[in-house]
Amino acid sequence: MENINFVVEKGDFVGLVGPNGSGKSTLLKIILGLLKPDSGQVKLFNQPISSFKERYKIGYVSQKANSFNSGFPATVYEVVSMGLYGKLGLFTRLSGVDKKKIFDAIEQVGLSKFSQRNIGHLSGGQQQRAFIARAMVSNPSLLILDEPTVGVDTESVERFYQLLGKLHREQNMTLLMVTHDIGMMTDHVTKVACLNKQIHFHGSPRDFEISQKNILNQVYGSHMHPVEHQH
Amino acid sequence: MFQLLIQYEFLRNALLAGMVVGIVCPAIGVFLVVRRLSLMADALSHITLSGLAAGILLQKNLSFFQPINPMYMGMFFSVIGSLFIEQLRKAYRFYQELAIPIILSAGIGLGVVLISIANGFNVDLFSYLFGSVVAITRSDLWTVSIVGLIVLLSIVFLYKELFALSFDEEYAEISGIKKRFVNLVFSILVALTIAISMRIVGILLVSALITLPVAAALRISRSFFHTFWISILFAQLAVLGGMVLSFYLNWAPGGTIVLFAVLILLCVLLTKKRSK
Repeated sequence: MENINFVVEKGDFVGLVGPNGSGKSTLLKIILGLLKPDSGQVKLFNQPISSFKERYKIGYVSQKANSFNSGFPATVYEVVSMGLYGKLGLFTRLSGVDKKKIFDAIEQVGLSKFSQRNIGHLSGGQQQRAFIARAMVSNPSLLILDEPTVGVDTESVERFYQLLGKLHREQNMTLLMVTHDIGMMTDHVTKVACLNKQIHFHGSPRDFEISQKNILNQVYGSHMHPVEHQH
Repeated sequence: MFQLLIQYEFLRNALLAGMVVGIVCPAIGVFLVVRRLSLMADALSHITLSGLAAGILLQKNLSFFQPINPMYMGMFFSVIGSLFIEQLRKAYRFYQELAIPIILSAGIGLGVVLISIANGFNVDLFSYLFGSVVAITRSDLWTVSIVGLIVLLSIVFLYKELFALSFDEEYAEISGIKKRFVNLVFSILVALTIAISMRIVGILLVSALITLPVAAALRISRSFFHTFWISILFAQLAVLGGMVLSFYLNWAPGGTIVLFAVLILLCVLLTKKRSK
């Protein structure tokens, strides 16, 4: 990647698209601090990343594939509670208030019935919802999602977008989502960004739709055509 | 038997040391097993053997080392070994499990050489290999109890962090958990656990107490918390049952405890099978 000048404003819901190998996941990892850029600076909440300590302000949902061993003996409740550990720090235990937050987060994603169920026994869509609850439970201001709908059935995807929309509107959360699903995404996001080694577009979904063909040619190459979802 | 317990200190020491080990081993074991590192205990126990051999050798040849219990040298080698395992896991990112046979072989190879330099096996070494629970002195018991307490308290204090790192290391790191520090402490805790357990079940069998109760608990538990406590319960049953049985049947205590652990595991496997 080169020449990346990428700013996410507070209150944005950004959909980041690009072909495989374009650097989308890398960009996310750099933003999250897992990787360091060769040159340039990363700022979180206007602070340089090295001095940014309030990690709980960022929620992260990774691609389902890379995360975990599905035989792991943890309940949904235990998985979601992990979202609070970073905030708590060493030597502190979960308080009653914390426990309520966990149940609330589980309820918000519609998994209340499954809170004591083993995470490995849930469907792909349900597991993703549990991971979203984990990302949300610390009440983050910024939610970063890496292709969260991969491997999730269509009905769950629609519900999923509705949930994200709700978080964006009601809790004023800033969202940055990497996705392949250009068609569905443009209905829900406030900004679209296209990445292929460079940022080829960063603007409103309407502008994106107007110049969609040109932009996608630039980003994906002229032989690509988006698949239309008819809803 | 209870009268004998009251009468003979060595039996009390044996039982108490066994119970300490029966708590600490599964507590550490739960995290090792879910991280798919169950063989690490074996690798470290073999390294501990070479540390022990080094300790015995030093005791023989340098008067400075006379009063120092070889067990401490074993612990030291164990800690160094666990650090090496971490480094090897980083070096072999795609074949992380190679770290284990590497350390295991190094440990045994070094141990055998050091033993041969010290001129052959003696009774001391046999007891370290297979456990000598009845030869636990009061000072041994103190060491086992204090180190065991330190390990247990560390696990309790770091439970959340260990759990998060075991489940999803990347997420844990992002959420602000100090990955390096916790993993380092964990490696040291594993090393210490092995060092204190070798007196009871011996080096060759110590990984049994670390993994078998956890294996049994995984079959029946419904949450991680549950797994943690059930493993400890099973380990305690194995230790107590094994010791009592070995006392009456005059069998090697270390081996009997491990067989008891295997028996518990078999029962769990058979019961679960039927209920399905």
